[in-house]
Amino acid sequence: DLQSTNLVEVCMALTVVSQIFPREMIPAVLPLIEDKLQHSKEIIRRKAVLALYKFHLIAPNQVQHIHIKFRKALCDRDVGVMAASLHIYLRMIKENSSGYKDLTGSFVTILKQVVGGKLPVDFNYHSVPAPWLQIQLLRILGLLGKDDQRTSELMYDVLDESLRRAELNHNVTYAILFECVHTVYSIYPKSELLEKAAKCIGKFVLSPKINLKYLGLKALTYVIQQDPTLALQHQMTIIECLDHPDPIIKRETLELLYRITNAQNVTVIVQKMLEYLHQSKEEYVIVNLVGKIAELAEKYAPDNAWFIQTMNAVFSVGGDVMHPDIPNNFLRLLAEGFDDETEDQQLRLYAVQSYLTLLDMENVFYPQRFLQVMSWVLGEYSYLLDKETPAEVIAKLYKLLMNDSVSSETKTWLIAAVTKLTPQAHSSDTVERLIHEFTISLDTCMRQHAFELKHLHENVELMKSLLPVDRSCEDLAVDASLSFLDGFVAEGLSQGAAPYKPHHQRQEEKLSQEKVLNFEPYGLSFSSSGFTGRQSPAGISLGSDISGNSAETGLKETNSLKLEGIKKLWGKEGYLPKKESKTGDESGALPIPQESIMENVDQAITKKDQSQVLTQSKEEKEKQLLASSLFVGLGSESTVNLLGKADTVSHKFRRKSKVKEAKSGETTSTHNMTCSSFSSLSNVAYEDDYYLNTLHDRGDKELKTFSLNSELLDSESLTELPLVEKFSNCSLSTPSLFADNSMEIFHPPQSTAASVAKESSLASPFLEETTEYIHSNAMEICNNETISVSSYKIWKDDCLLMVWSVTNKSGLELKSANLEIFPVENFKVTEQPGCCLPVTEAESTRSFQYSVQIEKPFTEEILSGFISYHMMDTHSAQLEFSVNLSLLDFIRPLKISSEDFGKLWLSFANDVKQNVKMSESQAALPSALKTLQQKLRLHIIEIIGNEGLLACQLLPSIPCLLHCRVYADVLALWFRSSCSTLPDYLLYQCQKVMEGS
Amino acid sequence: MIKFFLMVNKQGQTRLSKYYEHVDINKRTLLETEVIKSCLSRSNEQCSFIEYKDFKLIYRQYAALFIVVGVNDTENEMAIYEFIHNFVEVLDEYFSRVSELDVSFFNTVFHGTWQAHSSPYQIGSCSVTQAGVQRCDHGSLHPGSPGLK
Repeated sequence: DLQSTNLVEVCMALTVVSQIFPREMIPAVLPLIEDKLQHSKEIIRRKAVLALYKFHLIAPNQVQHIHIKFRKALCDRDVGVMAASLHIYLRMIKENSSGYKDLTGSFVTILKQVVGGKLPVDFNYHSVPAPWLQIQLLRILGLLGKDDQRTSELMYDVLDESLRRAELNHNVTYAILFECVHTVYSIYPKSELLEKAAKCIGKFVLSPKINLKYLGLKALTYVIQQDPTLALQHQMTIIECLDHPDPIIKRETLELLYRITNAQNVTVIVQKMLEYLHQSKEEYVIVNLVGKIAELAEKYAPDNAWFIQTMNAVFSVGGDVMHPDIPNNFLRLLAEGFDDETEDQQLRLYAVQSYLTLLDMENVFYPQRFLQVMSWVLGEYSYLLDKETPAEVIAKLYKLLMNDSVSSETKTWLIAAVTKLTPQAHSSDTVERLIHEFTISLDTCMRQHAFELKHLHENVELMKSLLPVDRSCEDLAVDASLSFLDGFVAEGLSQGAAPYKPHHQRQEEKLSQEKVLNFEPYGLSFSSSGFTGRQSPAGISLGSDISGNSAETGLKETNSLKLEGIKKLWGKEGYLPKKESKTGDESGALPIPQESIMENVDQAITKKDQSQVLTQSKEEKEKQLLASSLFVGLGSESTVNLLGKADTVSHKFRRKSKVKEAKSGETTSTHNMTCSSFSSLSNVAYEDDYYLNTLHDRGDKELKTFSLNSELLDSESLTELPLVEKFSNCSLSTPSLFADNSMEIFHPPQSTAASVAKESSLASPFLEETTEYIHSNAMEICNNETISVSSYKIWKDDCLLMVWSVTNKSGLELKSANLEIFPVENFKVTEQPGCCLPVTEAESTRSFQYSVQIEKPFTEEILSGFISYHMMDTHSAQLEFSVNLSLLDFIRPLKISSEDFGKLWLSFANDVKQNVKMSESQAALPSALKTLQQKLRLHIIEIIGNEGLLACQLLPSIPCLLHCRVYADVLALWFRSSCSTLPDYLLYQCQKVMEGS
Repeated sequence: MIKFFLMVNKQGQTRLSKYYEHVDINKRTLLETEVIKSCLSRSNEQCSFIEYKDFKLIYRQYAALFIVVGVNDTENEMAIYEFIHNFVEVLDEYFSRVSELDVSFFNTVFHGTWQAHSSPYQIGSCSVTQAGVQRCDHGSLHPGSPGLK
């Protein structure tokens, strides 16, 4: 139909296109629709513009090249076409206003003509010229003139005129006025205009028509952020509106008040808001309003009593629908306190008292969240009370516990509070009753808690010994020493790895006591509830994200401890940030035994910058110190060791961590050494034997760390690729000069050069064919007493060549050594012929070459396999290894011309766009592109102004194009490819590179 | 941006509905009932704009028929309010004194009219429709009008 000569058919086709068109089909019809932009009938042109607008909405990248044509449409002689193009511009300007400043003049002229009545009469609506068009234009101008004096100056006149002209007493003119006011206040201010606009708002607000009043309030809300004095003029009206029978008006007024709240008027305003809150029933409103009240109360609270009262009201009304951040923030405020210690105590005391009074009331239903807050506060701070004993508080909590309407989650909170209070209460029948009641509870969680309590309660000795500890805990919670921990946790989190030691520490210290085993979960739950208040919201959300994971790992970690019941608590409260970081490191590989988890953490540390490692271990120490001070005296009694398993494990942990700490210093030096030797060696990396020799001296431990460092080195070697290229050229032309060359260029130590020369002659058979390609450093992937295997990658033009070199370290001959690769679904691995010898002589090296082809894109994969061999005495052995392959290993530059780029660009349907912030060193486009070229092996086709074109291909032949544009310090990346997943992966790599350097 | 357009009568039956963002069929019914309920509960003296969840409802009553438009926060309420009126004026012209019966009997025609004249609406604004509607009133495609530049 689009190609039909019948006007109506084309019309219909275009309408359909703009209504129900799937994204994938856009490229197919795009040229047809572009043609229609030149159609002689304006209705066709208009519809074509609208269809393109629709395309722009669903896939902005695909129509980017026709922006010029939009400009033409804007200047179309038909008003309809012009108006249609405004939609596109409004949209585009919203996204990026700076790119269209030059069009301001055109928009102003158009608006002038519209306002001046130069349009055909058809466009008048109740004798107002094209009102909706005006609104659209005003909106565009508002966006363009925002914070831009020069552009704004262009519009002053026309805005003035619009304000003046729109004085007819008709609804639609009010709509225009409203938009005008909006624009006037969003552009760079001019006092005359502001005055006029203020007058307009006055008219709105004072109008008897309710709709206008609403608009006026809305405008005021907006304006007041810039000019609070305006509210003063309309004080009385606002107050009237507050008591307006229409809830909508009321709500708008409250919104207005919310904006002008300060420390003086907060009481009144919150009062009003609460009144409204009590009346409203709609959930959405409640959630919204409760959030605002809580925010205001926290910000401006005049005194403690008021604050607590307000929060009580918020909790009881907001109930369970409100945002979970609110109670969390509240508890944090309470726990961390302000600067003044006595003030804090008063606040807490008041909170406790008010909760007790609330609980005293009969037959009142409180939301679960409120009850949870109450139980936490009572558990923490009841000791501040003079009059009432802990026993009385416990009695109250007990009453709540027996209440059927309380959810099991809340019950957990309650029982935790009771547990906290029990040591203070000395003896209490209620506790016994409670224990009796809940040890037979069907809820495993509750039963668990009850048992803990029971064991605690039975042993008076222990209770006594625990008493001071508990007090000290409470004090700790009060003075901010646990919040110190919190700061650390946040920091650790931001670094990606934060070993949260005290848990194991505690285990270890208490492992010698049987009885304390039962205290164990309590200790956990206490510390976790201690955390609740102080965790930053981010931490909490993080925790809940992976709560499942952490719960699982938590389970594993505690091995034979029966902690299932507490699992839920942990997850919810984002307990143990360490696990979070761990799971992050593991990247989904969950069911790993403890030790490897630990190792993962350590790995993460080693990978980090060395200085970071040092600071972290320092923090670790501090933490251990804190933990031991926290639980001093717990390990005094000695009893049977039931937790043998957990014991050894945590011992291991500790030892390990110590070793690690001790080693970290060592590692630094090792790392530095290896790095330096590597940077000089990276060009001669195929001398794997040499590499091994050097390493061998340093012993196994260093080797291990070394392989950990390999990733780091990998990236280093990548930066040196150009050098390598240069070098390999040299070595090709004059192989005999090899050693000299390397000496001249890189100045390695004499001995190195010598061995280099020696090794190169040894390894020559396959070197000749490989040196022309860029390759990675060799790295050892596994070894035992007889052989060691190292591998490196050769990035050939058509595939990735993996070379495994097997060195026979023993003095014996190896027979039928064989290397096998486990099949992986993403790869196709084929063995290169002609490089295998049946026998490996003593102390020699042989290599296996495999070419690896990619089947489908991925970010990182592990290629693993094993090597089997026979010793002289028919004793056969196997050795397993694995190698990390990244997507980058399969990316090759794609050398095409700009024209080809243009053609390819249009033919690809999959695109991804992203803005990346550039670091200072690469602020200019060329240097940024250079980074990409070096690290990702993209081919730079052309750099035009602040835009750059790059291309690459994923082996075997999936092209991917990249369009870069720089503005300020942001690099806008835009990928297109025929493969749907490739752009995403590449983008990820790009981001990594840009952020990394 | 306009999210949906509804025509309902006082009994709460939906006569015409058009969604510009995908909404599940089940959810539509739910949404419509809630929207209608909140519109019907309001008196003449009350404001024609309602905040409903995260968007706004703008409604206008013509005899027993309500026209409700749901928009997001950035839209100019008054402009939409007037747009509704404009739409009704067009219908009035087309049917010469439009009534609810027309709407229910000529449902397809309505969809057609709405679609033909509000194509820009699906993407969310009214200015173009104005021109389109005017054209329809004049019964033919408009000859080239003097350009703006």
